[in-house]
Amino acid sequence: MSEAAQPKRISRGGMIDRARALSFRFDDRDYTGYAGDTLASALLANGIRRVGRSFKYHRSRGVLTAGPEEPNALVELRTGDRREPNTRATVTELFAGLEARSQNRWPSLALDLGAVSSCFSPLFVAGFYYKTFMWPKSFWEKLYEPAIRRAAGLGRASGQPDPDGYEKSFGFCDVLVIGAGPAGLAAALAAARRGARVVLCEEDFLLGGRLNAERCSIDGSDAVDWVRRVEAELASFADVRILRRTSVFGLYDGTAGSHSASGTRTFGAVERVSDHLQQPPQFQPRQRLWKIVARRAVLAAGAVERTIAFGGNDRPGIMLASAVRSYVNRFAVLPGRRVAVFTSTDDGWKAAFDLSEAGASVEALIDARGEPPASLIEQLRATGARLYAGSRVVEGHGSAGLSGVTIMDSQARRTRLRVDALAVSGGWNPNLALATHTGSKPRWSERIHAFVPDVLPGGLAVAGAARGALTLREALSEGAEAGAAAAEQLGFSGAAGEQWRADEEASEVAPLWFVGESRGKAFVDFQHDVTHEDVALAAREGFRSVEHLKRYTTLGMATDQGRTSALNAHAIMSALTGRSIAELGTPGARPPCTPVAIGAFAGPHRGRHFRPTRRTAGHGWAQEQGATFIEAGDWLRAQWFAQPGESDWQATVDREVKAVRTRVGLCDVSTLGKVDIQGRDAAKFLDRVYSNVFSTLPVGKVRYGLMLREDGFVLDDGTSAHLSPDHYVMSTTTANAQRVLQHLEHARQLLWPDLDVRLASVTEQWAQYAIAGPESRRLLEQALGDALSVSNQAFPYLACAEFRWQGVPARLFRISFSGELAYELAVPAQYGDAAVRAIAAAGASLGVVPYGLESLNVMRIEKGHLTGNELNGTTTAADLGMGRLMSTRKDFIGRVLAQRPGLTDPRRPALVGVRPIDPYSPVRSGAHFLSMGEPPTLENDQGYVTSAAFSPMLNSWIALGLLSRGRERLGERIRIHDPVRSGTDVEVEVVAPVFFDPAGERLVT
Amino acid sequence: MRIPCPYCGERDVSEFAYLGDAGYVRPDPDTADAPRRYVEAVYLRDNPAGPHEELWFHSQGCRQWLQVRRDTRTHEILGLRVAGPTADPEAG
Amino acid sequence: MRYSIFTLARQAFSGHRRWSEAWRDAEPRPGYDVVVIGGGGHGLATAYYLARNHGVSRIAVLERGWIGSGNAGRNTTIIRSNYLLAGNNPFYEWSLRLWEGLEQDLNYNTMVSQRGVLNLCHTDAQRDAFARRGNAMRMHGVDAELLDPEQIRQMLPLLDFDNARFPIRGGLLQRRGGTARHDAVVWGFARAASALGVDVIQNCEVTGFVRQGERICGVQTTRGTIHADRIGMAVAGSTSRVGQLAGLRLPIESHVLQAFVSEAIKPLIHGVVTFGAGHFYISQSDKGGLVFGGDIDGYNSYAQRGNLPTVEDVCEGGMALMPALGRVRMLRSWGGVMDMTMDGSPIIDRTPVEGLYLNGGWCYGGFKATPASGWCFAHLLARGESHELARAYRLDRFASGHLLSEKGQGPQPNLH
Repeated sequence: MSEAAQPKRISRGGMIDRARALSFRFDDRDYTGYAGDTLASALLANGIRRVGRSFKYHRSRGVLTAGPEEPNALVELRTGDRREPNTRATVTELFAGLEARSQNRWPSLALDLGAVSSCFSPLFVAGFYYKTFMWPKSFWEKLYEPAIRRAAGLGRASGQPDPDGYEKSFGFCDVLVIGAGPAGLAAALAAARRGARVVLCEEDFLLGGRLNAERCSIDGSDAVDWVRRVEAELASFADVRILRRTSVFGLYDGTAGSHSASGTRTFGAVERVSDHLQQPPQFQPRQRLWKIVARRAVLAAGAVERTIAFGGNDRPGIMLASAVRSYVNRFAVLPGRRVAVFTSTDDGWKAAFDLSEAGASVEALIDARGEPPASLIEQLRATGARLYAGSRVVEGHGSAGLSGVTIMDSQARRTRLRVDALAVSGGWNPNLALATHTGSKPRWSERIHAFVPDVLPGGLAVAGAARGALTLREALSEGAEAGAAAAEQLGFSGAAGEQWRADEEASEVAPLWFVGESRGKAFVDFQHDVTHEDVALAAREGFRSVEHLKRYTTLGMATDQGRTSALNAHAIMSALTGRSIAELGTPGARPPCTPVAIGAFAGPHRGRHFRPTRRTAGHGWAQEQGATFIEAGDWLRAQWFAQPGESDWQATVDREVKAVRTRVGLCDVSTLGKVDIQGRDAAKFLDRVYSNVFSTLPVGKVRYGLMLREDGFVLDDGTSAHLSPDHYVMSTTTANAQRVLQHLEHARQLLWPDLDVRLASVTEQWAQYAIAGPESRRLLEQALGDALSVSNQAFPYLACAEFRWQGVPARLFRISFSGELAYELAVPAQYGDAAVRAIAAAGASLGVVPYGLESLNVMRIEKGHLTGNELNGTTTAADLGMGRLMSTRKDFIGRVLAQRPGLTDPRRPALVGVRPIDPYSPVRSGAHFLSMGEPPTLENDQGYVTSAAFSPMLNSWIALGLLSRGRERLGERIRIHDPVRSGTDVEVEVVAPVFFDPAGERLVT
Repeated sequence: MRIPCPYCGERDVSEFAYLGDAGYVRPDPDTADAPRRYVEAVYLRDNPAGPHEELWFHSQGCRQWLQVRRDTRTHEILGLRVAGPTADPEAG
Repeated sequence: MRYSIFTLARQAFSGHRRWSEAWRDAEPRPGYDVVVIGGGGHGLATAYYLARNHGVSRIAVLERGWIGSGNAGRNTTIIRSNYLLAGNNPFYEWSLRLWEGLEQDLNYNTMVSQRGVLNLCHTDAQRDAFARRGNAMRMHGVDAELLDPEQIRQMLPLLDFDNARFPIRGGLLQRRGGTARHDAVVWGFARAASALGVDVIQNCEVTGFVRQGERICGVQTTRGTIHADRIGMAVAGSTSRVGQLAGLRLPIESHVLQAFVSEAIKPLIHGVVTFGAGHFYISQSDKGGLVFGGDIDGYNSYAQRGNLPTVEDVCEGGMALMPALGRVRMLRSWGGVMDMTMDGSPIIDRTPVEGLYLNGGWCYGGFKATPASGWCFAHLLARGESHELARAYRLDRFASGHLLSEKGQGPQPNLH
């Protein structure tokens, strides 16, 4: 690759692979970088300084940082359905074929018409929108807001389904180390050497942290070599796992809670498995969500350098000093040819040294401090840079990219320097967010002029720069100590052996937040365009707490969460209000520490895998019969079985119903909940959980039961069959199976632990089929043969039996939801498929039809049987016409509270049937009842239709409903009001809630 | 949050169903003031900010009701036993 | 100082140096006619309407931290009146009417934006339940439309229509529903109340009540004792704690509800959408962030933070509904402490303790209620009797059995 192609690339050095040139596109132009580059370093190497436009004023912005805290260099990465808005170029690994576009500009980055908004910037101060856009009223939604919405936002989401996959994984370890800089590596190795199970997470694709960006030595040799040695040793332990490209984004609860040291805590982390590739390899996820359960953790996430607020501090070409060092040393990129450094820290000077070493002309070193350390001044001489001590940069020039800075020296003289890059160092903010996720407040440090961790969540230690210890020497020793201590607290001990030496380094920080003599806008939040003037306005208007400041100005709410600059705003507020920064405090950090793709949290649970799909044993058979399936909770149930030539589903259902009512039908009812109940006190138990009596139920019989909640409302209904002495099997509705089991276990374990009874859910253990219709007995005779006699005498209505059928245990219940002569036959689920085929075969000569949920629903409405539509959690037994099932001879759950006035009020809606006067006028569930002649108001609301269907037997629409004082109103004509579906009301007659075979003769014949 | 089930070991909270206040005692239904006592038992809660005795059901595990002592300010699990007056294995 | 484009322009010429404080940061006085505990939306709205509607002159609002630091600033800013029950619907509809005039009333742009609230349904039973609710709304003159899947596809083509585990079968749309800027609501009420003479007192935590016999006649605070004829609690999230100071035991549990915001992106979603087959709802703020949430974590908590299973559950719902969200990043999460009542509906009533009034139990639906809650609570505090719109929100409904349960889950708050 020629130099010209990458004009800012330094000809040697760096941790890039010059043998692997990678081509990429930015804003439709082709460029080349190297493996090991980030998109930001590759853009800088190609001489591109302006990479985006700001949110409000559309100012040109360039790369500020070399890390995840980047506020400016956000791009739309990739194209089509993989387009990712707001992707930080500073952490995007370059790959061959990468495509990126700048954001928030139109038509192009260079000519952005949105920049016209800068002209109105005197109006666009913090909170201006709260004070205007109010007149005329309708203009807000029609005009102002749509304009604001179009202008707001940064990048564009793809708008298409994400084509990539995501995974989730649990991880368990003794010691989790977060960050693999010097402190983290030392901690991980110390813990590993003592035998602890260690997980080490690093955001970057390289281990080493600041050691990759700086020129340091450990034990007298290059620190990068030390990193490789530690990495190799860690890899040699079987119980150490290194997760690269993995951000730990949140600290959550384990058993330990916020403060206790013992127990566990859960960390959320996201591993970017394939983001450094053009697309994930086959069978690989794009990202993996880790839930890491750790007994101890060491936070070694380093610190982020912060800026200084001065006029035009956002010009492209102005960079944090640490970023400059990273680009020069790690990526072999020279951010500028004529450069200056503006600092209030010792650290800033090192950027000048590195720049000079790399061949840049360092024009000036501007240190706000009057007397910088003599050793640094000495070292600066060699660079030829002019020192401006006690001076400040008051303005950065050049709207498309930095062209110069104006300096004000200690004598208040202004000098303009021509430079194309400025390195800024305002001190360091420890990356302590994880330490505050459970509510701990950080403490202000007067030593480093930043917030540092204070009271820590139990089991978490902080080491190195994350704790405010800014030198390499401290990072190594604190890391080693924290790792060793974590392991030792858990009982691991072993050879120590970690003693690393690093040189002394100057690390003084003097506070400089804002240059008061600034000209032009001084930004304290680059991405949200918050300036020092906005902070002053907030103070003037009373928004003085850091939280009000944040919410009023949107300071620190952008994708970078204000990591490089929000503290500057707090310092300005502190100066304006006379309260110390410590007193003002800092807004609490909340997960995630770094933005995480929503897809990663969802993992594989999307599309058809959103929730598990439960299929019954007879599913395959039903499919062969042409079933259309419908979701019933997680279950799939056959809705109907259409036959060729049927015009619509109604025709199918009419046929199925008629077939059942005249011949025989077969329906899979396996999804209903089944609870096995055993024990000497099982009958007593049933008496207490059902409102009606079960202790009188003989062996071999089934009874319908109604179950209430303790608050007196109906919870569920079903049947219980007395299979043998001390053994029952209960059925529940499909929807409530789990809740009922929990309710029963609560009653058994907590309310009446003295009862000898045991419960087990057997829903999935048994496949169960309803065989219904006048010919159902004949079908069973043919199917069962000698296995069981099913004559009316031997096996009357509500009989049940356990028997063996073809060598398989089986159960038969003579119960009926359809109202026909009917049976339910149950076999162990593994024989379900064979059983349904055997039943169908036995019924073939009788013309058996499979029928689905829809036909079942028609038939149960014809019979006035209840489902979840009626058992909706707000109905009482009396509402449903089941008052007689409220036993007065015994106690049961719900008895006392069911007597409250609100539950016994005679005006309550009661279950009725309704039939339209015109039988073909559709009646729909959810329609409301109105008395004839009364206007449709809430006051006149008389109740509503709970279930409705067209009955092919009655050749009419029929419905069930809850009607105020319903039982007194049989024969009355009322109206059905359904404005959301129909413009005209339907006149209906109130009837008893049973339309077909009211005497129940079919059940018993 | 993780709950150390005495039968299944420490498990993620997503395996458990929550019921709340473990102080619930089902009143005697036959006393004269039963209606008032039932209203209080079913509806009124202590709801402390601090240690809270509460019921969790290990629905995805052993289906045991557990009585957990947990701090509602910090979510720390302070203690745990199998729920129910006589079902505590440690009580013998 | 009246806010308008003209004031703004005038101020711009003077470098914005002459803006006055939005509200007075008042010092507590020894006594008031009414003290409202809680400087959130409800408390500030109560104070405003007490002054505006009832002419009460000596009013203080006591806030433990900074105003709006509780649930007022921790919600997802949705406003709607799509309620089923006759005890709820008129109250929330009145609230929505107040929202519709709030900007003019307060002279503060609270960014009320009626971009619509759409509830999606995924089963026939759910659709019928929506029809029942929509019909109830229409019978009260509230706008409601039942949409079929094709209409929804036209509105929101990025929903998953073709590969969904639980296909979309329809939706209930309230076009007048939408969002408002939550912080601005707090500031707008504070500013308007302050302008009517209300003392807004921050950093003033109530630590106890002053009793005179059976009656409560004041509060002890971290800034001294303050006497008042009537004291109103508007501290949802902390109702049990403050109530306990007065010896109250209430039908309330505190639960944590998490919410989330994504990075700002160009407009993707117009109105508010709720998923009916999982716990997920979403809207997009004017700033561009997708604001979304789901179910409460499901256990008692005062920690204002939740856990990962709920975060995952919400995002699974999001991806199931809108698979285009996959590469959009979650920027921030937060947790609020909800006053969960035993039937899912709020309480605005006297308490058994003379002189003390309760406004609480808003579950996770308090934000939209802010104006009507203040309106009705002010009425109760000024007149001593319930406002007709809040008559169902009685504290004794649990004893009497006149429960107000939209979902019918029974006295188990984490199922509401």
